[in-house]
Amino acid sequence: MTTETHSTTEHGMSNAGYVRIAAILAAITALEVATYYIDLGALFLPSLLIMMVVKFIIVVSYFMHLKFDNKLFSWVFYAGLILALTVYAIFLATFHFFS
Amino acid sequence: MTAEGHADVHGGAHTSTGLSNNKLGMWLFLGSECLLFGGLISTYMLYRGRVGEGPRPSQVFDIPFTSVSSFVLLMSSLTMVLAVSAAHKGDDRNTYLWVTITAVLGATFVGGQVYEFTAFYNEGMGFTTSLFSSSFYVLTGFHGVHVTVGIIMLMSIVGIMKRSKVPGSKAETVEMIGLYWHFVDIVWIIIFTLIYLIPA
Repeated sequence: MTTETHSTTEHGMSNAGYVRIAAILAAITALEVATYYIDLGALFLPSLLIMMVVKFIIVVSYFMHLKFDNKLFSWVFYAGLILALTVYAIFLATFHFFS
Repeated sequence: MTAEGHADVHGGAHTSTGLSNNKLGMWLFLGSECLLFGGLISTYMLYRGRVGEGPRPSQVFDIPFTSVSSFVLLMSSLTMVLAVSAAHKGDDRNTYLWVTITAVLGATFVGGQVYEFTAFYNEGMGFTTSLFSSSFYVLTGFHGVHVTVGIIMLMSIVGIMKRSKVPGSKAETVEMIGLYWHFVDIVWIIIFTLIYLIPA
């Protein structure tokens, strides 16, 4: 197994792949900023939240290698994330944030 | 590559899980950091409308400036992943290069944050002006401190690697710092959307 093959298969992607991912992230960021200036009406909030989640998942999956790494790392991280989301959703609901 | 060499590159995973304990510990730490930033973000969301006599978020936020800062931090994630990739290939020269560029981009982001805080203060938004300003400064300040700690780690690893005093696998050490750096980036992805782009 060559060093290059070893590197791209076990540690994620090739460098060109990372650059492509970064370009996608930059494009999504540009779209996010555009929504601030364009009136999207009722779509404003959902579109921003979807783009935020997509960027989050791309960075975690590809740059942090969770997509290619052992699933235990994913479980550990997403368990913390889901716990945080649950705890603070309840916290905000207690203070009538959503109403 | 020998079995021992292979294990070393992948973090010396002679453990009961077969995984690197360092890496598992870092992921546990990042999972716990979700709770820290979740608390700070939730507190900001609750208080962002409580401006009192002070300025409202929309009156002080400079979206074009913060967008450029966000872009800089996003690109630092790219340079960081390139550093990790170079470290796994045993390419020290490119590892130093990409790690240093990452630190410079991080420093640019922190510099932008200092400029932004100064501008907000001059516009009448002090730390104790309102609940909004307090929660805003605590949240973004905590994030800025995390970025600063990341820069210190990046510069330290370059110095330690050049003296060949990295304990264990170099690639794994760079990867650990990379995980921390990317986490700081994903926290900013959330802050940028929820705090800056969605008006109170």
